[in-house]
Amino acid sequence: MAMTGVLRPGHVQLRVLDLDEAVTHYRDYLGLLETHRDSQGRVYLKGWDEQDWFSVVLREADEAGMDHMAFKVLDEETLWRLQADLKKFGCQIERIAAGELDHCGERVRFTAPTGHLFELYAHKDHYGNGIATTNPAPWPEGLKGMQAVRFDHCLVYGEDLEGSVKLFTEVLGFQLTEQIVDGDLQLAAFLTCSTKAHDVAFIRQEGKGKLHHASFLLKTWENVLRAADIISMKDISIDIGPTRHGLTRGQTIYFFDPSGNRNEVFCDDSYVYPDSPVLTWTADRLGQAIFYHSRELNDRFMGVTTGA
Amino acid sequence: MSGQYKVTLLDSGESYSCGAESTVLKGMEQLGRKGIAVGCRGGGCGICKIEIVRGDYGCQRMSRAHISEEDEARGVVLACRTRPRSDLEVRVLGKLQRAVMRGLG
Repeated sequence: MAMTGVLRPGHVQLRVLDLDEAVTHYRDYLGLLETHRDSQGRVYLKGWDEQDWFSVVLREADEAGMDHMAFKVLDEETLWRLQADLKKFGCQIERIAAGELDHCGERVRFTAPTGHLFELYAHKDHYGNGIATTNPAPWPEGLKGMQAVRFDHCLVYGEDLEGSVKLFTEVLGFQLTEQIVDGDLQLAAFLTCSTKAHDVAFIRQEGKGKLHHASFLLKTWENVLRAADIISMKDISIDIGPTRHGLTRGQTIYFFDPSGNRNEVFCDDSYVYPDSPVLTWTADRLGQAIFYHSRELNDRFMGVTTGA
Repeated sequence: MSGQYKVTLLDSGESYSCGAESTVLKGMEQLGRKGIAVGCRGGGCGICKIEIVRGDYGCQRMSRAHISEEDEARGVVLACRTRPRSDLEVRVLGKLQRAVMRGLG
């Protein structure tokens, strides 16, 4: 579809135990650009190729996890229409005033059935990607670390998978791209508001509001291998990879920020159009669906989360 | 500063040597030893929860979702955020969950 509703993941606000350590991780190692600090002490960052002011907000707190994930919608008219649709669906809505996050307009906050806070907003100030809009260069100079291109998606865990999938597909217009099923039971759902393999993904697991990972796009497999080098050079807590997922085909590596929130950097995943078939992985091939080469499930990757 | 301390896991009786600059978890991992489950290594996920039964130690900040103030006061801590200041005897409390998606064993 031409994107007329929800456009993309706009930002994720993460709780970290030590702000300085977290900023070093996200700015110097992932290579996000620090663009702002607010009066509450929160730090705002963005991937180099993102145009808006920020896509990651770090908030120091006494526990790790995701505060909320926000999506940008086309315009204000869309925001108020979706707010009404969310209310009709039965969501409790909270309006967050413009400026609660600096450089961001009013946000519509709701809790998904899996227990996660999500938000929609229509406006964020323009920052630019460091490249001219006339006769643009292919990339800006002076990038650091893994040179993350953009905040790409989050994968989250919760019990009421059906509820969140229904909300995102029926109310917010997301499309199911891939899934894992065990017979009739859906275990995982990958959803997009655009043409990406996923903009958000849900996995069924007991509990509510858990973050599995926040993911950042790289350009090439070579960049993923270079990220692996940086992970070792900087003694970053490794999870697994470099490897390939069956789901989404992404070439990937996983690691943890200094507070234990999992990050992914990846490249080269698949894409969809509105007429693309849903891709299904069966539970007997779960290992291959997740790690295409080893075909073995990994307890840490599957079981470790942050948040409630 | 380069003191080495003995960490004994009371559950198995196994022990390993851990530097004062290392965490109880990292000391174990660096020697290729097992016994404490390894999660995020950042104090956030709670998988490496242990109880210090005997010994002195220092801790960095740990997620309150997993270690309450009462826990911390009675020596229940995360191995990834705990550095030994003497020989330690510890009991392993945390573990990785095996069944991860409902419907799968």
